[in-house]
Amino acid sequence: MIDAITGLGRSALNALEVFGRAFVFLLRVLASLDVVLRRFGLTLFQIYSVGVRSLLIIVVSGLFVGMVLGYQGYITLVNFGAAEALGGVVALSLVRELGPVVTALLFAGRAGSALTAELGLMKTTEQLSAMEMMAVNPYRRIFAPRFVAGFLSMPLLAAIFSAVGVMGGYLVGVGLLGVDSGAYFSQMQAVTDWNEDVLSGVIKSIVFGFVVTWIAVFQGFNAQPTSEGISRATTQTVVVSSLAVLGLDFILTGLMFGAG
Amino acid sequence: MAEPPVADSPHIVIENLCFRRGRKVIFDDLSMRIPRGQVTTVMGPSGSGKTTLLRLIGGQLRPDNGRIWVDGQEVARLSTRRLYALRKRMGMLFQSGALLTDLSVFENVAFPLREHTNLPEDVLQTLVLLKLEAVGLRAARDLDPASLSGGMARRVALARAIALDPDLIMYDEPFTGLDPITMGQIVSLIRRTNQSLGLTSVLVSHDVAEAMAISDQVVLIAGGQVVDAGAPDELKARASDWSAQFLQGRPDGPVPFHYPGASYRDDLLGQRRDD
Amino acid sequence: MKMRFFELAVGVFVLLGIGALFYLAVQVSNVTDYHDRDTYTVTGYFDNIGGLKTRAPVTVSGVRIGRVAEIRYDPDRFRAEVILAIRAEHDYLPQDTQAAIHTAGLLGEQYIALEPGGDFETLRDGDELMFTQSAVVLENLIGRFLTNMGND
Ligand SMILES: Nc1ncnc2c1ncn2[C@@H]1O[C@H](COP(=O)(O)OP(=O)(O)O)[C@@H](O)[C@H]1O
Ligand SMILES: [Mg+2]
Repeated sequence: MIDAITGLGRSALNALEVFGRAFVFLLRVLASLDVVLRRFGLTLFQIYSVGVRSLLIIVVSGLFVGMVLGYQGYITLVNFGAAEALGGVVALSLVRELGPVVTALLFAGRAGSALTAELGLMKTTEQLSAMEMMAVNPYRRIFAPRFVAGFLSMPLLAAIFSAVGVMGGYLVGVGLLGVDSGAYFSQMQAVTDWNEDVLSGVIKSIVFGFVVTWIAVFQGFNAQPTSEGISRATTQTVVVSSLAVLGLDFILTGLMFGAG
Repeated sequence: MAEPPVADSPHIVIENLCFRRGRKVIFDDLSMRIPRGQVTTVMGPSGSGKTTLLRLIGGQLRPDNGRIWVDGQEVARLSTRRLYALRKRMGMLFQSGALLTDLSVFENVAFPLREHTNLPEDVLQTLVLLKLEAVGLRAARDLDPASLSGGMARRVALARAIALDPDLIMYDEPFTGLDPITMGQIVSLIRRTNQSLGLTSVLVSHDVAEAMAISDQVVLIAGGQVVDAGAPDELKARASDWSAQFLQGRPDGPVPFHYPGASYRDDLLGQRRDD
Repeated sequence: MKMRFFELAVGVFVLLGIGALFYLAVQVSNVTDYHDRDTYTVTGYFDNIGGLKTRAPVTVSGVRIGRVAEIRYDPDRFRAEVILAIRAEHDYLPQDTQAAIHTAGLLGEQYIALEPGGDFETLRDGDELMFTQSAVVLENLIGRFLTNMGND
């Protein structure tokens, strides 16, 4: 019993210590952000490897999620004679929830894990050390551009996901199930508000982009410099970011839509 | 190149250095001087802290106690900016080469130049090719670091380390894991680099023959302290216990074969008691 | 060569992302409605607004011309005060226009339907609607129906 409590205490302290280091790391990255403007090429290249390379999976997933939403939404709505409302259901679910959340989860799996593995490998093979010895600050040269790239890419990816999803819902709802095309979009516009729905979704995805990239870059920086260490850090990135995204989504949804 | 502050003062001075990793004491009151313009080799068994020593000199680690001066500047007290300025005049060759995996051989050597200078592209190209030529790898400029052999990677790393024309270069185990031919190439490269650029070389190694052949001065460390130091011939002639064991490769001696701990007998008896 | 390619790719990516946001703004959500400043407001007092929400459409003959900007309770009149924002180009509504709260479909969203009267004076910014018709509350309707049956 005492052992169990001691164990709990120890892991709580460990978690706190890791969080503290992650926070200090974040501050140092934020303090290096001026490099992003001074050498935008570095960040541009990271947007390429973080954002552009995630595009395919985002588009394909968005399309399928939209199609499934169209199908399931139709089946439910048609019972109430409200199949015309399909557009609204598809758009609201995508823009408020599924767009930001699914994009963040996919991003964690695709780009986050790649970031962690890349940085973990750089640490293990002493590339980061070598850079320091060449008087090049890895926070500026390596971490800050990756951080900004992830942070900027996420809202764009989420918007693309939602837009493609709306089209997927259209394909199934209008193309296959015979919902009226005009009704699909007018219903959508009637219930979806730019400020309340679209912008709050964008804010969510900005928060997710920040958190997922932070976790991924820190996990790489903090990895044990061994091959096991890298694989453990990579798994951690996916698990921790997914949990963080789902938990934060709950909180943000409460804050944004709870009061109204 | 500007004249160093005092031409014959030691390049690196280490005084009463103490350093711990957790509970493990790595250096315990270690002092040494590394003369300017010569090749100094620090020898010691694996795990004796040779890599750690280089990192302390480079300012990547801070001593728990004692001081390290490089070029008259106390490393641990420098501001980040001054430390980085000092590092621009230091080259370091990591054991693994530590080439940047996402850049080509050419870009690896160009890396410090691109980071620290604003040279026009054609000047930069000439400089990089010059450095690559010096290590005999000009033709390999477009290769990927992943496709290089260990010896080639180390030569590229050497070209990169001398890219900014430093006045101090540190080599971490440059001979480990190389075939005899490659080892010979590296040995002559180190010697040649030292002579032609007139820089101070610090080697860390446990390869006795190569290190003895190449060095002006050898420092033996064990147990966190300097156990012997001098010119290679002196050391061989003197043959103190430490030097003798190390230089002749005897398995047991002042450096024990066994990891320190309870005696075998106590362990066996202790185990029986537990049963 | 390689440099050009990734720069181009990032450019395309950013355009796609902004295009998607634009699509969400124009095609998916009602940003135009929300943002146009060119509206005038009129106020109507209702006994019961049922389930009317802000942002609900305001229509004439089923054509959407504005939205519900604000709903609050007026403690002096003991009635619900509903402020309608009507787009400026619809400046032809007579003073005696009547406002009724309707429901789209049996269980759908509620909206305000305007029924123009015959006055020559038109509604201006800040005017009050003279005639209003409250929401039909299903429970009341059923209750009245049952009472009527009893009277027969
Ligand atoms: N990051 C570290 N954390 C804890 N201990 C370390 C670390 N790096 C090295 N050590 C320990 O420090 C000692 C000296 O290491 P090192 O300087 O690499 O030895 P050498 O290069 O002489 O083989 C070793 O016993 C090693 O276990
Ligand atoms: Mg070592």
